[in-house]
Amino acid sequence: MKSFDFVQPRTVAEALAAWGPGAVWLGGGTSLIDLMKLGVAQPDVVIDLGRVAGMRSVDVQGDGAVRIGALVSNADLTRDAAFAARFPMVAEALLSGASGQLRNAATVAGNLMQHTRCAYFQDAGAACNRRDPGAGCDAQGGVGGGVAVLGASPACIAVNPSDFCVPLAALDAVVEVQGPEGGREIAMADFHLLPGDTPDRVTALAPGELIVALRLPAGADGFAGHSRYLKVRDRTSFAFATASAAAGLRMEHGRIAEARLALGAVAAKPWRVAEAEAVLIGQTPDADLFDRAATIAMAGAEPGDDLAWKIDLARKTAVRALCLAAAGTPARMPALPASVFAEPAGEKVHA
Amino acid sequence: MPDTLAQPMRFGSSSGQPVTRRDGIAKVTGDADYAADHSPSGMLHAVYAPAAIARGRVTAMNTVAAEAHPGVVRVITPANRPALQGDPADKSVMFTFRIEVLQDDTVRYAGQPVALVLAETLEAATEGARLLDPQYAVEVPRVTLADAESEPVAGQGFGQPADTTHGDVDAGHAAAARSVDVTYTTAAQYHNAMEPHAIVAQWEGDHLSLDVPTQAFALSCAGYARYFGIPAENVTIRCPYLGGGFGSKAIPAGPLVLAVLAARDVGRPVKLALTRKQMFGPVGHRGATEQRLRIGADGEGRLSVIDHDNVAETSTFDDFVEPAANASQGLYAAGALRSRHRAVRLDVGTPGPMRAPGEASGSAALECAMDELAEASGIDPLEFRLRNYAETEPGTGRPYSSKALRDCYLQGAERFGWSGRPSAPGTMRDASGLLTGWGMGTALFPAPMFAAQARATLKADGTALVETSAADMGQGAWTALAQIAADSLGLPLDAVEFRAGHSSLPDGGVAGGSGHTATAGGALHAAGLDVVRQLGEIAAADPESPLHGAGNAQFVARDGRLFVEGDEGRSDALADILVRAGGAPLTGTGRGARAPEAAAAHAMYSHGAVFAEVKVDPDLGQIRVSRLVGAFAAGRIINPKLAESQLFGGMIWGVSFALHEEAKFDRRTGRIMNADFAGYHVPVNADVPGLEVIMVHEDDPHVNPLGVKGVGEIGIVGTVGAIGNAIRHATGRRVRRFPIRIEGMLG
Ligand SMILES: Cc1cc2nc3c(=O)[nH]c(=O)nc-3n(C[C@H](O)[C@H](O)[C@H](O)COP(=O)(O)OP(=O)(O)OC[C@H]3O[C@@H](n4cnc5c(N)ncnc54)[C@H](O)[C@@H]3O)c2cc1C
Ligand code: SF4
Repeated sequence: MKSFDFVQPRTVAEALAAWGPGAVWLGGGTSLIDLMKLGVAQPDVVIDLGRVAGMRSVDVQGDGAVRIGALVSNADLTRDAAFAARFPMVAEALLSGASGQLRNAATVAGNLMQHTRCAYFQDAGAACNRRDPGAGCDAQGGVGGGVAVLGASPACIAVNPSDFCVPLAALDAVVEVQGPEGGREIAMADFHLLPGDTPDRVTALAPGELIVALRLPAGADGFAGHSRYLKVRDRTSFAFATASAAAGLRMEHGRIAEARLALGAVAAKPWRVAEAEAVLIGQTPDADLFDRAATIAMAGAEPGDDLAWKIDLARKTAVRALCLAAAGTPARMPALPASVFAEPAGEKVHA
Repeated sequence: MPDTLAQPMRFGSSSGQPVTRRDGIAKVTGDADYAADHSPSGMLHAVYAPAAIARGRVTAMNTVAAEAHPGVVRVITPANRPALQGDPADKSVMFTFRIEVLQDDTVRYAGQPVALVLAETLEAATEGARLLDPQYAVEVPRVTLADAESEPVAGQGFGQPADTTHGDVDAGHAAAARSVDVTYTTAAQYHNAMEPHAIVAQWEGDHLSLDVPTQAFALSCAGYARYFGIPAENVTIRCPYLGGGFGSKAIPAGPLVLAVLAARDVGRPVKLALTRKQMFGPVGHRGATEQRLRIGADGEGRLSVIDHDNVAETSTFDDFVEPAANASQGLYAAGALRSRHRAVRLDVGTPGPMRAPGEASGSAALECAMDELAEASGIDPLEFRLRNYAETEPGTGRPYSSKALRDCYLQGAERFGWSGRPSAPGTMRDASGLLTGWGMGTALFPAPMFAAQARATLKADGTALVETSAADMGQGAWTALAQIAADSLGLPLDAVEFRAGHSSLPDGGVAGGSGHTATAGGALHAAGLDVVRQLGEIAAADPESPLHGAGNAQFVARDGRLFVEGDEGRSDALADILVRAGGAPLTGTGRGARAPEAAAAHAMYSHGAVFAEVKVDPDLGQIRVSRLVGAFAAGRIINPKLAESQLFGGMIWGVSFALHEEAKFDRRTGRIMNADFAGYHVPVNADVPGLEVIMVHEDDPHVNPLGVKGVGEIGIVGTVGAIGNAIRHATGRRVRRFPIRIEGMLG
């Protein structure tokens, strides 16, 4: 691979100072290093965040919000029992992603920023507008699979592959950022961008900005009793989603007081539609109702060449996730998290 | 001459025992050294630039940029490639294919080496290769079976299956009361052993020393020797372990030969290790097939015909046509049988043998077609197969050397609970509402023997050294072969030092074709018996031995002692005999091979029956094989623990074939777009939650003196069809394309 400078700052300030054009942040490296080996990422400077102090804890704040340091590993977050109890669908989504080894290395910021798995993005020899604006998009008319049915543009049809981000979007998580211009917060809904005419702009981060933490706002744990992540995939484990959904319900007297629904693997960002959640409010849970909501969520989906099955699958995945959420969060994490093959739901919490 | 071979009921204390693999600790602690672990001093790293197109020509490369990169020592392209003494197209060494070693600027498949960069570090070599940035004159590539016309298979030989006909095929079709005419396709699959191909090459004068994984030491030495114009004795190969071979590591592959060439050119040791992505191209694969099966049965469900047409890919520059249609010829008692093969030349690397070549792909289609006909005939799939049970080899009428397939069916069905299977598809649901289906398939795999040699040396301290160059691919040869050797000498396992994995040892033959234990084991057995025979002669002549005078008797060695066969009262310690004779070590040699007459007299196969349970989500289409029961009869089992692992491994590969493995080609560029383990799926643990193997007892008095068949490949066979059939039973959907995916379950 191309030679690069390797910097190991100790503080956020040092990290920000080390940044310049051609530099990249390095978290666990599970996404970035692969791309460097493939010749797809060719940084001049790699800024290793591994030694930066103060970004490895999970803290409950005064108002009940939970702040997760950017360097907390995916594995550590899932092992935090208090966190999993408050945000079970986040833990379930994380556990359904990648493998144990990868989760040990991967950081939460890296997960938010992980690159698309589009085969043509990963192939340095292919034309890709995301890598090289204006070059074209070889994914169109390519091997198919894993492409967007919502929010795509003629410039790019890639999907965001993250599981973690789907429940984060559903729960209105906030990304805390520090940059050359100071700090700011970005709502998860605004964090990942649809491709439009600028497919190379994947997130709202400006050059040189660094994710320092991720926050689940106060009240987001109100869904803990009824929340699930469901992930349909080509293998029982260790596969990216073909379709996924995070569903959270806040129940009052048998009716839905508040609802959250986000879909994964269908667009360049987790897909959340306010109207789909709104139709659920005040209703008693049932499959037809959920089907209406899921249909609204998928409105405008484009089947492309032959993806009608994927639209149908995404809708049904959302319906199933809502049904599972309505049935109640299992007291224990299923042995196969987020899988359709989890054992029949047992004891419930908050039943 | 009796037509059975003399075979002891029991070889001794080791064979038959589930001995834990002797190299296990070394492997899990990282002590076991693989080829790429070696880094001799002065070594250079070699990285090749792979072609980014599948068909055309390289018109330019930026060698200046590559050479200027710090650390780069040399850039080799077709323009300056040092001469190779042998012809890259030479196929005189068995199993050899034409290799790509920068002989010209033509690109024949994506991933073909187009230049080689040598550098002081791996990183520099990698970057040098990238900087070459080859430019191409591109032609439209042909990478799927639909992209070119089929043609007759060229010639006859390895990878060039001949057509066969037994009986009157037209009459068989005419006689069918029920028939099916179905076409199945199987995807291109690429060998992906845990250890990618790698080599460390060092020259000393005209002697070549290699660390390289090989399934066949002698053939590999002969191959390298030919390319470099040196005698085979001048080639030394060290390979104590292979991290899997699966048919792709028997002979020198192009990139490895390039590394050897480069080492000679620069006069320094050179290491080349393929990346995972590079495994998808120059080192063989299982070619895609399209198989049409026309099979018919009479009103009683007796097969009148199996008519199997296979179209398989090969490369534009060599021939390996997956012999899929042969898989249907030795199995069921049909009135008429026909296998026909055609080839489609594509811009891909030459396919090659990949675990259960022919049988895996052919059986996938055959076993599904059998179920389709059973269903059309209203007969239970197991009953249908039993009605068509072949008592002698179909077509030839030869007797089987042994065939406990009926026991496999019955024991497997019993353990699985097959008798409770409802015949109508789509009627079983489990407690969580998942569609549940049961299917089965028959497994068949030939029991060949190659040729091998071994040496056994008994020492006066009562221990022995046994040697053969056998290759341990992870299957457990280090352990199972040592067990055979110990028993042949009548010694406990820990009194026997077993040396293997080095080309200077007696030729251990080929670890392939499921014939290695039989062949190398046969040689070790014979070498041990040779020692015993010599020792008997010494003892019989020794007045001090209790065996004195037993000159014409047969001797057997057991528990460190030599006995007169049938006379337990007379024995002598092996060590004592040697000590009294002066204490010099006694060496015997042996050969493992099957006489051609013996091979002709009997049909020799391992058999099995595989039962599968699948779960399918009725709405979301996700598939899981929740249970697999395989019952296999493969002659004498030397080590049940290792054999079970081999059979598990095969069955897991069957899951892989049925549900996962597929190289996805971009038809515009000819590149494989999922050439890594994130994209090219094989099963993970969660995909195989319920595996069970039954080893059905089978005595085979003909196959070889050990009575050993093979277990390396048969586990795949039958499993693929069983899963396809179970999916049909679960969902009512018959999918005729492997792998079967979520998409196939929806819409
Ligand atoms: C084989 C495989 C299978 C996988 N399967 C799944 C799956 O099923 N589901 C799933 O969700 N994920 C999956 N992943 C992806 C995995 O979750 C990500 O690779 C991982 O989360 C990335 O985290 P990291 O810390 O290693 O990121 P890195 O590789 O270090 O970085 C990724 C990107 O984030 C940037 N970055 C890192 N830290 C910061 C920061 N603090 N601020 C700003 N930018 C930053 C980097 O510059 C880089 O561009 C898989 C990965 C692999 C290799
Ligand atoms: S879909 Fe997007 S990421 Fe993939 S090749 Fe096209 S532009 Fe690149």
